[in-house]
Amino acid sequence: MGISSVLALIRKEASLEWRQKTAFGGVMLYLVSTVFVCYLSFSGIIPDRTWNALFWIIMLFASFNAILKGFIQEGSGRLVWYYTLVPAQVLLNAKIIYNALVMVVLSLLGWLVFVVFMGDPIQNHSLFFTGMLLGISGLSAVLTMVSAIAGKARNNFTLMGVLSFPLVLPQILVLIRVSGAAIQGEALLSHWQGLLVLLLLTGLGIVLANLLFPYIWRE
Amino acid sequence: MIENFKASWWKFLGILMLLYVVAGGLLFEVPQLPVIRESIRNVYFHVGMWFSMMFITFAALVFSIRYLRYQRAEDDLRAVAAVKTGLVFGTLGLLTGMVWAKFTWGQFWVNDPKLNGAVVGMLIYLAYMVLRGSVEELEKRARLAAVYNVFAFVLFFVFIMILPRMAEASIHPGTDGNPALASGDLAPMMRKVFFPAMAAWFILAWWVFSLYYRLDRLRHQIAELTENY
Repeated sequence: MGISSVLALIRKEASLEWRQKTAFGGVMLYLVSTVFVCYLSFSGIIPDRTWNALFWIIMLFASFNAILKGFIQEGSGRLVWYYTLVPAQVLLNAKIIYNALVMVVLSLLGWLVFVVFMGDPIQNHSLFFTGMLLGISGLSAVLTMVSAIAGKARNNFTLMGVLSFPLVLPQILVLIRVSGAAIQGEALLSHWQGLLVLLLLTGLGIVLANLLFPYIWRE
Repeated sequence: MIENFKASWWKFLGILMLLYVVAGGLLFEVPQLPVIRESIRNVYFHVGMWFSMMFITFAALVFSIRYLRYQRAEDDLRAVAAVKTGLVFGTLGLLTGMVWAKFTWGQFWVNDPKLNGAVVGMLIYLAYMVLRGSVEELEKRARLAAVYNVFAFVLFFVFIMILPRMAEASIHPGTDGNPALASGDLAPMMRKVFFPAMAAWFILAWWVFSLYYRLDRLRHQIAELTENY
């Protein structure tokens, strides 16, 4: 088991994704359309603070879409089969890492779409992307765990939003604060507390998810 | 009659204490502070609501952990009952707080980390109820709900530690991180009502919790009986 099976599972996720490009394409289209609607409704003029808040809210919803399908797409039969192959935590960690990768790709593409339509107010890109990376890993841990819960219930999408909003709020608030500092052009380490909090939340999310996932998983 | 009294003496104690709290809270002397004035009496009620909510949601956490360990349906029913009680006390805490805010800060709601933390807590427990409503199977519902409760409680606790430290200032009294544990600056003359008040609200919370639990257990038994027909 261990790292090799995690890597194998990540590779499996990626090739599944590649075979069904429409799913990821759908999320991308969702992202572009939302940004475009914002661009039209704000008539292109948008203050930095609004840019910041809009960016993360849109990213959050796009991530809900992208992550939720992870557990629903796989029928319960296939999940049982994985159960016989690997320990629950291996599957969970593979999903968390894979979802984080998907969110990084989404956020980078989202950032490009934002730059095209609404300009790029960010002055310190290294701080912005460091914050993004740390924030996304924490969000991925929480959202993967919630999607595993929501995937077993009805009204998945509504439930996904309702269950995860209060839980991702700390990350989103810290992220918005850090990327706000990046927009203002502050130095990379001037906001080390924010980055540290993001790191701690990521660690906490991963530990909790690993402790609790075996209970959801059992059918 | 005597038998009943032996089993439920604590309820009578709670009623007596609440009567004392309501009378003493409205009549006894309180410090005259600017702006707050007589509204300071709300300390006995508003703070009691949030203390009781924390107490009973902590109980819900314990029941959820116990459910995950031993898989007994009773523990799940206790956890729901505790969450429902927590929602009742949380709602009352919000309402008493809003009335107080209107008379001291001029608005029903202000953008303050402690108030926002309270809303997030309420949202988590409402989400917990929505989750339960979305799963048909009893055992699966209990399991998913217990997992969510533990996951959410820990993250929420970290959240209310972080949030106040991120904000520049807070208008709400209380030390960093914990809005309700501010009794260090409670005037001595208020203590003779404040401490009994907290105990009385805890007793009431436990009473409401036990009523919810008994009701839910009966519903559960009815469901099990009718299932076999």
